[in-house]
Amino acid sequence: PAFGLFLFTIARDPLRIIILIAGAFFWLVSLLLSSLIWFIAVKVSDPQDERLQKGLLIFGVMFSVLLQEAFRFLYYKLLRKAIEGLVALSEDGCSPISIQQMAYVAGVGFGLMSGAFSMINLLADALGPGTVGIHGDSQLYFLTSAFMTMVLIFLHTFWGILFFHGCEHRRWWEIAAVVVMHLTVSGSSFCNPLYVGSLVPSYMLMAAAAAWAYLLSGGSAQNLRRFLLCKF
Amino acid sequence: MTELSAHLPQFQHGQLTENFPDTHLSNTNDNSERRHHDHSERRRNDHPESETNGQPQNNIQQVVEQDEEEDEELTLKYGAKHVIMLFVPVTLCMVVVVATIKSVSFYTRKDGQLIYTPFTEETETVGQRALNSILNAAIMISVIIVMTILLVVLYKYRCYKVIHGWLIISSLLLLFFFSFIYLGEVFKTYNVAMDYITVALMIWNFGVVGMICIHWKGPLRLQQAYLIMISALMALVFIKYLPEWTAWLILAVISVYDLVAVLCPKGPLRMLVETAQERNETLFPALIYSSTMIWLVNMAEEDPEAQRKASKNSTYNKQAPARQTQNEDAEADDGGFSQEWQQQRDNRIGPIESTPESRAAVQALPSNSQTSEDPEERGVKLGLGDFIFYSVLVGKASATASGDWNTTLACFVAILIGLCLTLLLLAIFKKALPALPISITFGLVFYFATDNLVQPFMDQLAFHQFYI
Repeated sequence: PAFGLFLFTIARDPLRIIILIAGAFFWLVSLLLSSLIWFIAVKVSDPQDERLQKGLLIFGVMFSVLLQEAFRFLYYKLLRKAIEGLVALSEDGCSPISIQQMAYVAGVGFGLMSGAFSMINLLADALGPGTVGIHGDSQLYFLTSAFMTMVLIFLHTFWGILFFHGCEHRRWWEIAAVVVMHLTVSGSSFCNPLYVGSLVPSYMLMAAAAAWAYLLSGGSAQNLRRFLLCKF
Repeated sequence: MTELSAHLPQFQHGQLTENFPDTHLSNTNDNSERRHHDHSERRRNDHPESETNGQPQNNIQQVVEQDEEEDEELTLKYGAKHVIMLFVPVTLCMVVVVATIKSVSFYTRKDGQLIYTPFTEETETVGQRALNSILNAAIMISVIIVMTILLVVLYKYRCYKVIHGWLIISSLLLLFFFSFIYLGEVFKTYNVAMDYITVALMIWNFGVVGMICIHWKGPLRLQQAYLIMISALMALVFIKYLPEWTAWLILAVISVYDLVAVLCPKGPLRMLVETAQERNETLFPALIYSSTMIWLVNMAEEDPEAQRKASKNSTYNKQAPARQTQNEDAEADDGGFSQEWQQQRDNRIGPIESTPESRAAVQALPSNSQTSEDPEERGVKLGLGDFIFYSVLVGKASATASGDWNTTLACFVAILIGLCLTLLLLAIFKKALPALPISITFGLVFYFATDNLVQPFMDQLAFHQFYI
């Protein structure tokens, strides 16, 4: 579905593609830095201690989430500057792309990159021979991974919109809400393989974030009804 | 990104003549990707390559002044389009290379090394290996430098026939021999039975159409497709025959060399560009990937011989020495040249109107057709060598990385971002810029970082199914 989003909404406009790739790049850099921190932490710690390793991993995840949000903020700053440049250079005094579109594309960029990194090795292995969960792990590993990845991609998209909106209007609580949501979702994934603990809250949060972003983007219940009625 | 667009139109020099036979692959027809900013286009119309066959130059001059401001704005809008026009072929080339590496095992087997890299890397100690790879890289780079200088000298003394001959031989080699090997390996991988007659027919058709497209006229898309294919083939050869550390070292040194060769006043590539500009000629079309069609027309009309020679030279230069030694060597040589060439050509933006009207106008007669140039239709040029080295980076990443697809993806994004930045700089500086350094640096950094740092992290995350 995320790839479908990409095809239908982004592939038309070259500027959006650039913003998307840049968004992916920023996410990648944040991942790089966070894994650097984790790596250093692991090296200085005792590799034999299982609990410590797991704890370090959790710490790494949290740190990575914070870094991701920080990079989202940096990306927002960059895009602001870019919009000013675009406006100055365009013929009719208004930018060819609005900050909201940029927010959406940036969110998709982040999401796609994080989803790709989470899933792609799994997919490659899935093509090969093997049995899922042969050592007593869950048999639904691939399915749940797929769903979790999808929810994360969508969440990143919505968070992008919310985050940029918050920055635009200087509503710090919105930004804080995004960060808290991200932390919650990542934290819920710690309950794996107890899947009900991670997938269900994530989907609920996604629905909430979706509704919020929709409202922020100017939609309303009325619009939604009209849209659905037109179709059917 | 906006800056990029904004600056693109202001690129003035853009058109480095396509005389960079040295480094660029002979992409005869592909001189295409010149990036002209509107302004630059006008100025550059002096070059035969410019949109019109040198006719509207006068008009252009006048128009330039008037339209400069308008151009700026217009080109800004289309700046993003140019970036995408380059993204797509680079992506395609990388996709082809990665797909081949993943499926056909021939290209990851060690079957020996090129004669240009005589030292082996299967040594006992790390120090020995490092020394060997440094020596290998040094030999390769000196070969490339020699070839570049040779090409520049040939071009300066107008030995066009030699250059053309060289380019034709190189592209012949690439199109026939290497695609034959490639096809054979693909068939082996998928266990497809094929008889020699069918193969001969296919290769013959492929090769002949390729030669025509690249060195003469042909549909733009087909030409671009052929250029992408030969870049991919070259990259595959490099990946197969260069040992690990040597390959990374070569990539690093090549980007430094690129930087030096294009920007230093005495650099061979720069001299090439300037000579071509003086003579108002286009650089060898065979070594450059261009995104617009006009060039083809213009070049064919204006100075077919010179153009063809130019393109041929680039490839030939590379090919000739190689041929004497080994087939594979030729490839290596070729790659080096194309790269340099590309770097030179990288930042040339040529305004090429691909609309039929502009083409007709251009072909008809100069006078006012120039002024009616549509700033939107500018083309962008990128040297083939750049394609090749980008693909080598990504291919090597996918072949040898422990992180596999993660690393490949990371390098891919890094290269694209480097390309964006380079285009941005092009817009700002408006003269030929090397395309390699920024992208290759990003790519190398991301490759090593992802492979060593991110990979263990992601592995652990995936194992526990944590999500970040």
